[in-house]
Amino acid sequence: MALAQARIDLTETRIAAYDLPEGATWANEARHTALTRLRAMGLPTARDEYWKYTNPAELTAPAAPEAALFDMSKDRAVFADIDRLKIVFVDGVFDPNQSDDLHLEGLEIARLSEVMKTDIHWAMELYGHLETHGQDPVARPLAALNTGFATDGVVIRATGQVSKPVSLIYLHSSETSDAVLHHVIRVEEGAEMTLLEQGPAAARFNKVTEVDLAPTARFHHIRAQGRDHARRAVTHSFVRVAEEAQYKSFTLTCNGVLTRNEHVIDIVGDNAVAHVAGAALGDGKRAEFHHDDTVFVTHRGEACESRQVFKKVLRNGASGVFQGKILVTPSAQKTDGYQISQALLLDEDSTFLAKPELEIYADDVKCSHGSTTGAIDEEALFYLRSRGVDHASATDLLVLAFIAEAIDEIEDELLRADIAAQLELWLARRRD
Amino acid sequence: MLEIKNLHVELEEEGKQILKGVDLTVEAGKVHAIMGPNGSGKSTLSYVLSGRDGYSVTDGSATLLGEDILEMEPEERAAAGLFLAFQYPVEIPGVGNMTFLRTALNAQRKLRGEDEVSAADFLKLVREKAKTLKIDAEMLKRPVNVGFSGGEKKRNEILQMAMLEPKMCILDETDSGLDVDAMKLVSDGVNALRDAGRGFLVITHYQRLLDHIKPDVVHIMSDGRIIKTGGPELALEVEQNGYADLLAEAV
Repeated sequence: MALAQARIDLTETRIAAYDLPEGATWANEARHTALTRLRAMGLPTARDEYWKYTNPAELTAPAAPEAALFDMSKDRAVFADIDRLKIVFVDGVFDPNQSDDLHLEGLEIARLSEVMKTDIHWAMELYGHLETHGQDPVARPLAALNTGFATDGVVIRATGQVSKPVSLIYLHSSETSDAVLHHVIRVEEGAEMTLLEQGPAAARFNKVTEVDLAPTARFHHIRAQGRDHARRAVTHSFVRVAEEAQYKSFTLTCNGVLTRNEHVIDIVGDNAVAHVAGAALGDGKRAEFHHDDTVFVTHRGEACESRQVFKKVLRNGASGVFQGKILVTPSAQKTDGYQISQALLLDEDSTFLAKPELEIYADDVKCSHGSTTGAIDEEALFYLRSRGVDHASATDLLVLAFIAEAIDEIEDELLRADIAAQLELWLARRRD
Repeated sequence: MLEIKNLHVELEEEGKQILKGVDLTVEAGKVHAIMGPNGSGKSTLSYVLSGRDGYSVTDGSATLLGEDILEMEPEERAAAGLFLAFQYPVEIPGVGNMTFLRTALNAQRKLRGEDEVSAADFLKLVREKAKTLKIDAEMLKRPVNVGFSGGEKKRNEILQMAMLEPKMCILDETDSGLDVDAMKLVSDGVNALRDAGRGFLVITHYQRLLDHIKPDVVHIMSDGRIIKTGGPELALEVEQNGYADLLAEAV
């Protein structure tokens, strides 16, 4: 079907606003085919079913809407006490001075911008490939835009047990920065690594991560999306999970005018595991807060387990969205799928929209899903107060209890405690 | 200790009057029991005293050690020494029982201007108190009341009471949902807390709890008033003859 002229214009204007980086032949080809894909799909508009609850206009506009900088100097940054290999991007530009040497036992790390100038590289089999695969059955045009125009990112191959996490730190220093980063990660058989991400990255951030897990590989991902109130972000994770491999991802979002996090997970091998979790705490008081978790898990292997656990705490007109799908193909017998999305609305101005979906073509599967929206439990609040806990502390305790199921998805104890501490800081900041 | 005078209370939403002039004084060191048929206002009295929303006091007063508690927030009443053992203890998923106990204890101490209890001291204290109530370590770790049996919930209430050491304890139908063994355990827990400086108000339907927790004074409540006050023998009278005779007498 031909695209409407308005959508073509929107897409062409956005494409024209960027420079297409030049690189090796395969890289140029990957970028050009991405733009061909993008032109066929067109950029999304609010009239698209998949964008019904999140208006993509600010993500598709030619220039990034201005975003005031947030002064982090007085605050304790997330992961501050975690021993990790730091890789810093400022407004999407790699900063060698703030970054550690890109060397870690069990890992090959390179910058995407370097890799894409290399004639032959293993990443050429992956760059844009998992993204392309993830365009069906639902189009994700902003990810194709990313593949076309990504300026940098990291390319990581894990070959063994990695002693410490790789930590991507996204700093934001310009009010109009528009960053496009693309990471490619391959975890080989028996290897295990943890990727940390933190920070707002830019006024507007478009990020794609392609993760390919070989059989028995393990990948842990923990992300905190920064303290900037005004930033916009759209992120996509395209993940392929082979047999007996494990993918586990957790995201904490405490601020952001607009955030859309998409997870597209393809479980291709048997006995594999994929967990995606998120906690979003939104307060619309200082700036608008809109957070959208969109997840699509496809089960192809037998006896695989997937979990989606998303919790949102919203106040002062904040809004949250969850679109989660589990697709069980005919071959995926003995699938164990679980999906829960819950919102705690701390006032009557905030909203949560959820669209949980199951599509099952195998007959021997166990899939459960649930979605709830509610206020603080008054009974529990009174019970706590009757034991001497003041109103604000009792509310905080109940908020933490509500979020706990999502936080518990983080396996590593230190990282879990670090994220929990961030939540407590968020609550403490709202005690005025 | 606790002094209630001419207390009139109505349900906020319906404007329906529940308490119609309650007069009651509980002295330090004494156990008072309130008995009465369903709907007489017993539980309302306990809720109003502890500060639950949804009730409005239209007349009268309630003081704890001379302080007007009706004007206080629920947490201030707790810090002032009031404790309500709930008829239906609330389940709080996600909040560990230990966290709950420690938060409550330290919150009250803070409100009273006292130092917080250290983690080590707290642990020692809670283990000691839990042991006498046969509450095991596993139960302490679980989320508050989640998946607890009726007996476990009530034992957990008494554990909180033992930890918080309130001055005035109100037990709202603590015997409901208890089998004989659990009732004994709970009663022993309560009796262990009886001392000269502490008052108790035990609300119950039945005499059987009062076999274990011996009251000094028994009040019969009906239609929002105390209609008769007497010694422990009054509870036996109710047990034998029901409330009908007493109610008829009051009219």
